[in-house]
Amino acid sequence: MTPLSGYLLVSALLFCIGLAGALTRRNAIMVLIGIELMLNAANLNFIAFWRFSEHPETQTGLMFALFSIAIAAAEAAVGLALIITIYRHFRTANVDKVEEMKG
Amino acid sequence: MTLPFAIIAGLTVGSAIAAMSLRNMVHCALSLVLTFAGLAGLYLQLNAEFVGFTQILVYVGAVSILIVFAILLTRSTDPKDEPATVTPWVGIAVAVGAFLTMALAVVSSPVGKRVAAPAPEVSVKTLGQKLMTDYVLPLEVMALLLTAAMLGAVIIAMKDKEGQR
Amino acid sequence: MSWILQNLWLIPVLPLLAAGISALLKRPNRSLAAGLAIGSMGASFLLSCMAFAETLGKHGAASRQFHNFDWFALGDTVVRLGWVLDPLTAAMVVMITFVGSLIFIFSVGYMSHDENFTRFFCFLSLFAAAMLGLIIANNLLLLFMCWELVGLASYLLIGFWFHKPSAAAAAKKAFITTRIGDVFFFLGIVWLYSETGTLLFYTEDHTGCLEQAALAKMVAHTTIGGLAASSAIGLLLFCGAIGKSGQLPLHVWLPDAMEGPTPVSALIHAATMVAAGVFLVARVYPLMELQQAGVSEPIPLTAVTWIGALTAIFGALVAVSQTDIKRILAYSTVSQLGYMMMGLGIGGVAVGMFHLLTHAFFKALLFLGSGSIIHGCHEEQDIRRMGGIKKYMPVTFATYAIGMMALSGVPLVFCGFWSKDEILHAAWLYQPSKIPFFLGLGGAFLTAFYMTRQMCFVFAGKYRGHARESMADSHDSHPAVHEAGHGHAHDPHESPAVMTLPLQILAACTVLLTLVSTPLWPWLPEYLVAQAAHFDAAKLFNAGTLTLLVVSGVVVAGGIGLGWWFYGLLPAEKPDETDPLEQQFPEQFAWSRGKFFVDELYAATFVKWNARLGELCHDLDRRVLDLLVSLVGWATTGCAHVAKLFDEFVVNKLFDAGCTEVRRGAEAASELQSGQIHQYLRSIGLALVLFVFILAVGCNK
Repeated sequence: MTPLSGYLLVSALLFCIGLAGALTRRNAIMVLIGIELMLNAANLNFIAFWRFSEHPETQTGLMFALFSIAIAAAEAAVGLALIITIYRHFRTANVDKVEEMKG
Repeated sequence: MTLPFAIIAGLTVGSAIAAMSLRNMVHCALSLVLTFAGLAGLYLQLNAEFVGFTQILVYVGAVSILIVFAILLTRSTDPKDEPATVTPWVGIAVAVGAFLTMALAVVSSPVGKRVAAPAPEVSVKTLGQKLMTDYVLPLEVMALLLTAAMLGAVIIAMKDKEGQR
Repeated sequence: MSWILQNLWLIPVLPLLAAGISALLKRPNRSLAAGLAIGSMGASFLLSCMAFAETLGKHGAASRQFHNFDWFALGDTVVRLGWVLDPLTAAMVVMITFVGSLIFIFSVGYMSHDENFTRFFCFLSLFAAAMLGLIIANNLLLLFMCWELVGLASYLLIGFWFHKPSAAAAAKKAFITTRIGDVFFFLGIVWLYSETGTLLFYTEDHTGCLEQAALAKMVAHTTIGGLAASSAIGLLLFCGAIGKSGQLPLHVWLPDAMEGPTPVSALIHAATMVAAGVFLVARVYPLMELQQAGVSEPIPLTAVTWIGALTAIFGALVAVSQTDIKRILAYSTVSQLGYMMMGLGIGGVAVGMFHLLTHAFFKALLFLGSGSIIHGCHEEQDIRRMGGIKKYMPVTFATYAIGMMALSGVPLVFCGFWSKDEILHAAWLYQPSKIPFFLGLGGAFLTAFYMTRQMCFVFAGKYRGHARESMADSHDSHPAVHEAGHGHAHDPHESPAVMTLPLQILAACTVLLTLVSTPLWPWLPEYLVAQAAHFDAAKLFNAGTLTLLVVSGVVVAGGIGLGWWFYGLLPAEKPDETDPLEQQFPEQFAWSRGKFFVDELYAATFVKWNARLGELCHDLDRRVLDLLVSLVGWATTGCAHVAKLFDEFVVNKLFDAGCTEVRRGAEAASELQSGQIHQYLRSIGLALVLFVFILAVGCNK
């Protein structure tokens, strides 16, 4: 079985890809996709650590991952609803164009 | 590094990169689906079967569809999206920096060299038991959260009475 | 302790109560005021007789009884006051209450036309209370307090008719002149206290300031100029007496004090208040007679003698030429006070106080008589406008004549002769110098002369007052004070009985007092020094005494004769005739008439210097002190302006600058919030990376 570090590296890679996408893409939905990627990477981390821990029977990592998935789903729903509303208002989903909250 | 792991990991990472860099947003969404699937495979490999299946159910089944719907509802005439802002390099630099840091941490830490214990006895039954005893509070809160999110999403996305301009 | 000794305080307090009640009356009530005054004086007289009886028969140190009480305590020191009862005290209180009662009764008639009757009697009672308090005081401080009160009463009474500018000025002059003396008096008191630690005269444990222990200490303590402390204190205390008793050089107030009503002149300026100075010297005599080492005579007493002698001759010289009936008597009082001082200085307490007591009676008689004459002549006071009063006012004439003879010293039958004789006798025996004797003799001659002159002008010849209306005012006479509402003819008339009865009583006393005054049985002088008097013919009929008797008798006869020759043979016909003496000696007469120009000298020097000093102080106040105050004011305003400028230009600027900086900082900070989501995300990402890096690196350590 691959050692833990392999999984951790994969998770790190996924996280950074998600981060890069969230920081660079202009469309709001692309940003949201990046964020979903980051969440999934974190989930992978949890599961990996759970599997390689000393007491897997407590299933802490599993629980965490499950809840994370649930929350991610809720967050995706709300976020997308927001994006749709913003699109309706501004006629664009381009985050650079939505800068009314300027200081 | 075993072979199945390498293949699934490679697939996942590759589709992630594709999801983040493709121009056509629908293509991005579809690659995302692939990424989610790859992740589910990784979970299965790690003996977290339930989570893996949940991943497929929720992410691949629901969240991806949601994203596709959103893309379709918010597209301008051109579904293409300029992939980068004026200065993409800052974001990429930050991400690279983040990756390097984490990689360094992983590699230099003794934790990474752990060897797996024998596969744990995980069944849905035990999972359910745990949920109802140790994690009952988060469960309830989660229920509340989901309700609120659903309601919130409906309200947010609802059309105003006087109609949108 | 006998009852009277314990309640000696009643003697001054009863008139004080009368004064207080009169003062608090809502409406003037003549009979109540007069009744209270006369009643309280009468009661005090009875108490004084009891006190007098108490002192009879006691001789030497046993004759002095006193009672001290605590007034207040200040930490450890207790200030005590008290009263003393000895022959000196008893004789004085009897005299004051007796003469005072008679004068009060006289005033009922004299002031009956005056509208301020009640106020007059209130002040009179106040004066009597203060005077009696002064007499019985056993503490020099208490004496001084009553001294000042007496001065106040004198001021109030001299200026009784304060609408008259001359009366108000005279009152002020009296007060200020006596004040000058009082300043030195007070210095003496303070020094005495610092020397002996007490102001009580006599105490149970013999620590009083007039007792042996204190006196010995003071005479040994030498101070400035080689004077012993006792001599210096004695001189200072005597200064107070100079002021109060009108000695040279502070005599100037006494003649002007005649502006007051005649009963006031009689009581205060003849019999009692002016005698307070003499009494003071007698009271502190143990201190005055201390002889410091190296001198032949006690220094204070030497001063007393010489000033007294000079005053005696001075007063007599000025009295010779005066034309106001009361002024003659005033200068006569000055002269007689000089005699008393001389007597005290040369012969001791007995000689001086003896003359004081006899003088009180006949001087009061003379003043009341003059009051009767003034009243009868419709407020005329110039003797040149009187004349021939003898046939209009016989009773007044008779009593006045008795007073005049007593004052002049007509031998044998009048006590004035005997008391003056005692003084001359002592002066003849005075070792250091015979000059006081000759001055006294000269004074006696002049006294007889001017009294005869006055009698001739007033009583002899024809009445010259009819031409009054057509005469311009002479510069010496005083305008009438209250309008004569008599409605009589312009002829003088005899005074009512309420006024002539006191005159008769006083005349009788003057004669009767002779009985206890002669050297044959010198009861009164011996009593005053608490010694038994014996009927001793040898005392009278010895060469020395008889020679002196003859000499003074000759001098008096000479004076009366000369006076009669100048004025009695050819009485003046018209008011504006020149005085016969003036015709003979015009230069000397002018000096005498001008009172030796002492008042003018004072006006040109002290009064002017004082005014200059006042002006200087005023200028100082205005130019310097006001300037200082203004400077402070300007400085404060300047500081306020500076503060305002500071506030405006510095503080506000700083504040504004600070606010501007804050705004600029905020504007700069708000650049961070660009509204660009990517920027936010990038910032978060960067921060996260850094955070993790730090954690990782930190934890690895």
